[in-house]
Amino acid sequence: MTPEVFRVEQRREEFPGTFTLRIRGERAKNGSPAEFQPGQFNMLYAFGAGEIAISLSGSPRDRDGYVHTIRTHGFVSQALERLQAGDLLGVRGPFGCGWPLSAAKGKEVLIIAGGLGLAPLRPLIYNLLGDTQSVRNIRLFYGARRPDEMLYRDELAQWAGSMEIVQSVDHGDADWAGHIGVITGPLAGAELDPQNTVAFLCGPEVMMRFCIQTLTAKAVPESAIYLSMERNMKCATGHCGHCQWGPNFVCKDGPVFNFAGVQSWFNIRAL
Amino acid sequence: MCEFVLQAEHLEKLIQVIRGEGYQMLGPVLRDGAIVYDQITTTQDLPRGWSDSQEKGFYRVEPGNTGAYFGYAVGPTSWKKFLQLPQRQVWRAQKTDDGLDFVQIVEEAPALAFLGIRSCELHAIGIQDRVFVDDQFCNEDYAHRRDRVLMIAVNCTSPAATCFCTSMNTGPEVTANTDLALTEVINDEEHYFLIASESYRGGQILQQLPLTPAAERHLKAAESAVQSAVYKMEQGPRSLDRAGVKDLLYRNYESPAWDLVAERCLSCANCTMACPTCFCSDVQDTTDLSGEHAERWERWDSCFTGDFSYITGGSVRPDTRSRYRQWMTHKLATWHDQFGSSGCVGCGRCITWCPVGIDITEEVQRIQAMETAL
Repeated sequence: MTPEVFRVEQRREEFPGTFTLRIRGERAKNGSPAEFQPGQFNMLYAFGAGEIAISLSGSPRDRDGYVHTIRTHGFVSQALERLQAGDLLGVRGPFGCGWPLSAAKGKEVLIIAGGLGLAPLRPLIYNLLGDTQSVRNIRLFYGARRPDEMLYRDELAQWAGSMEIVQSVDHGDADWAGHIGVITGPLAGAELDPQNTVAFLCGPEVMMRFCIQTLTAKAVPESAIYLSMERNMKCATGHCGHCQWGPNFVCKDGPVFNFAGVQSWFNIRAL
Repeated sequence: MCEFVLQAEHLEKLIQVIRGEGYQMLGPVLRDGAIVYDQITTTQDLPRGWSDSQEKGFYRVEPGNTGAYFGYAVGPTSWKKFLQLPQRQVWRAQKTDDGLDFVQIVEEAPALAFLGIRSCELHAIGIQDRVFVDDQFCNEDYAHRRDRVLMIAVNCTSPAATCFCTSMNTGPEVTANTDLALTEVINDEEHYFLIASESYRGGQILQQLPLTPAAERHLKAAESAVQSAVYKMEQGPRSLDRAGVKDLLYRNYESPAWDLVAERCLSCANCTMACPTCFCSDVQDTTDLSGEHAERWERWDSCFTGDFSYITGGSVRPDTRSRYRQWMTHKLATWHDQFGSSGCVGCGRCITWCPVGIDITEEVQRIQAMETAL
């Protein structure tokens, strides 16, 4: 499967080492790139450097291009970081199973994000905010290392008009008025109707582990919890074997899983 | 299915008829002290009269008791290398004045004939078909190669001590799709093949061969040769509880047996390379010095390397314990959930080619024993 050629339309630095690219398909000048579901990902190819899996973080209703938020960590993400508006990259996708919007119908929705984990949840937030009638309410619990390492700060301020947002940082600064510590603190204190709640989680595994403990302690059923997993991915089509997690291929069976279905795997270390 | 007798001296005719049909013939050859699969053009290339002796971490070819063409079990190579190539170029990319071009590399799949496929190996090919062709996504390169293969299976009559196909229900008698199925019968008076076609293509080949109808005694002799292989394995040192192993492994992710095997396992990946079903691959992206041209290559990979599970923050499976556990539980347990069958065909290659002699059947029994003891 060869990548499609995309061009960087806009590059935005979220904070040092983390950036967002808005990209547009070269060949599909009049058409639109393939539609995606919130929670899906693309394989982004930096010329000569390689390819990595990056979640889609734009609005599914925006049919002109894709948006990806990327943290610089390895060789490929460093090459992607060097891309400026007008530069080219390769895209394969979208791949994987996303967040099940239907599960949110009529529910109290908890969106729980850790660090960069907000990126794959943003398309879900866009969809939910576009149809707030379908859910009872939406709450976002967002934890990051520091106040200036929060993603999409302008939008967070806008969203605050439509949903409750609880923010937490590991390390505060002089202006920080929010919670300091892990996100499970505010989550544990939240009032919720467990039988009518659905939770969508994305963040480091350890953070998701403790959030799930907190939720289940509050009697939220395992089947009402969805989480997005990360594993090494090369092919994204279930052939290369890298993303195996127990019987699951994270690339095609995930990255979003219902916790009830993967509970036994989630608790095994180094699986 | 109608069975015929092909005298051993006409095996040459079989090879030449198939080659005459435009197939490149691949079969067993004796090379570097092992029976491996490679190109053959005549019966002279076959390892006639050679057998093999196999045990944990041990493989020797040795003269057999007869002049049989197929008197060995299985060697270090499998047919996998002709279907899922050990490395292949996937695409190349080129910078142009105002853009970037990706060109998929489509290699014309050669018409290959595999001579001497064992039943366990037919099952292994079927398992890879389910991964690469019948799953949600299709690996077109594999599918094209696979489509053009003519399969000439030979019932196994000389299993090694490492074989346990009877446990896995994959042999020794051919029980999976093939074009032709042969049984070699050799004794003091006679040397012939019982041959039957199992496909239209196979039938076309049969029509061109000097055959005689098989008499009852031919059928009996062939059956007895296969039955002696069954008996040899049943009396042999190895077996595996096929029905219970999935649940056993699912119950024992934290068995202390994993620590014991990790003390011996070198994480060298030999078992995954020798295995006829292991399908994992990696891709490598490169550029030339000008920076204008890039290539993507796919090559076999192994779950025993640290890079295999690397994500931000380190390898998900940082130690040998977790890697061996992944390999074995995938092969014998999670494979069932993924592709509806076991990933193991009982060919014993992983046992023979493990440099420290780790035996998958023993490891399963150890987990069983430790579970019972706890």
